[in-house]
Amino acid sequence: MPGNRISRSLRFWQVALFVALLVVWHVATSPTLLPPIYFDNPHKAAFFFGEPLKVLERIWIWFSTGYIYSHLWVTLLETLMAFVIGTVLGLGMGLWLALSPTASALFDPYIKGFNSMPRVILAPIFGVWFGLGMASKVALGVTLVFFIVFFNVYQGVREVSHTVLANARILGASNRQLMRHVYVPSAMSWVFASLHNSVGLAFVGAVVGEYLGSSEGVGYIILQAEGTFDINSVFAGIVVLTAFALLLDWIVTLAERRLLVWQPRGGETEKI
Amino acid sequence: MSAAIPALALQDITVTFVSPDGGRYTAIRDTTLRVAPGEFVSVVGPTGCGKSTLLNVAVGLLQPSTGRTQVFGAPLDGLNRKAGYLFQTEALMPWRTALANVTAGLEFRGIEEGQAKKQGEAWLQRVGLGGFGERYPHQLSGGMRKRVALAQTLILDPEIILMDEPFSALDIQTRQLMENELLELWSANRKSVIFITHDLEEAISLSDRVVVLSAGPESHPIGEFQIDLPRPRDVAEIRLTPRFVELHSLIWGAMREEVLKSYARQQNK
Repeated sequence: MPGNRISRSLRFWQVALFVALLVVWHVATSPTLLPPIYFDNPHKAAFFFGEPLKVLERIWIWFSTGYIYSHLWVTLLETLMAFVIGTVLGLGMGLWLALSPTASALFDPYIKGFNSMPRVILAPIFGVWFGLGMASKVALGVTLVFFIVFFNVYQGVREVSHTVLANARILGASNRQLMRHVYVPSAMSWVFASLHNSVGLAFVGAVVGEYLGSSEGVGYIILQAEGTFDINSVFAGIVVLTAFALLLDWIVTLAERRLLVWQPRGGETEKI
Repeated sequence: MSAAIPALALQDITVTFVSPDGGRYTAIRDTTLRVAPGEFVSVVGPTGCGKSTLLNVAVGLLQPSTGRTQVFGAPLDGLNRKAGYLFQTEALMPWRTALANVTAGLEFRGIEEGQAKKQGEAWLQRVGLGGFGERYPHQLSGGMRKRVALAQTLILDPEIILMDEPFSALDIQTRQLMENELLELWSANRKSVIFITHDLEEAISLSDRVVVLSAGPESHPIGEFQIDLPRPRDVAEIRLTPRFVELHSLIWGAMREEVLKSYARQQNK
């Protein structure tokens, strides 16, 4: 694990920097600690930037009362569904188009068009089509995840080594076996390479979707708090989202390690 | 050569490549090559003389522009199912372990997993890689990967073994070890072999017959030499025998001009 190699003093300074930022934040926004420099009213800084202790307190209340769990669950479920559906669709389309030049030529302009479109703008349409529930958020996440996976699979299939392919054919692989034993594993290594991106974007799709109109989810909490100028809750929501984004990223890293054992890693010197 | 049906017969093969901009390049012209069952034939020639092209025709990866390919008397249609092919470059599936690579061909043929595994282990053992079955190709050295590739090809017991400079990327010691191992495996169960190489010593020490190709383009055989060295051979020791030296200077005499031609052509590029 590379984490073990980070020296202790580096860890110390990372934590120290974090604490220092919190202290600066606290001192600068507290109505009593500093005389007002910029704002005429000592409470204005806290109004705009929140107060770290109150943010922490809010997070504590959310978790201790259990208020946040159902919202988090909804957001994570949307992320997961967007990720899975987007990946499956991207994998299928990518394999199909990469192996069929006709289909690839036919769909090429559409793929390019949809990819260059700012797809967040589809959120209102999805809201109309799929309602304000989870489905519209999943749909938005899918459009974001799909293209990443699609392009990676397309590339992965195109870059399969000709020698490996010829070798598998000579060893007797049928077309279907080539697909399963050569194209898909090769494409999957590209998909995994983009896993961090696609999980991240599935999360973005879910949160942005919620933020634009919903009745549950962490994005909805932030939207509500913003509506009542409750800046501490907005910050608390952001902190919770960030923590879960990091958690997802960590899970992806673990999955990657397990699934891509066959790939050489930098610095690995295990040879005989 | 005996009148029996050859294991592989390439008859008047010409291969012309057409590039997208209309340029034409004839790699091989009017080449005939026959390999008897159980015969070990090496094809030598200067670099860029279409040796690999010839092999790709023999295995059915490439359609010749003219000419016929016959496998045990039957015309070749599609891939050559009786042939195994050892590539010059890396051909192992990097996402499979050594064992899974060796058993890939059995798996493609629908052989039951337990039995395939048992056979695979035995073959790994035979190429000196017992206990390395769970390693991935990137965890093996170049020589070990070649052994895996050899086991992967030989496990299917092909009647014809085609090898395209399989050991050219290895250092000289590993190479001689592999050559001896190859001879040992081959003599246990004699199959027809076409061995492509640019190394004349390697060709002589392994083969029953050496075919010399002219420099490309439009390569064709310009000489054929029976190698009457006794078997079993040790590839390192046999190089020191007088008969080897004699054969070497004989074949080199035929090859030298072509090598110089090919060298001059590359210089002029």
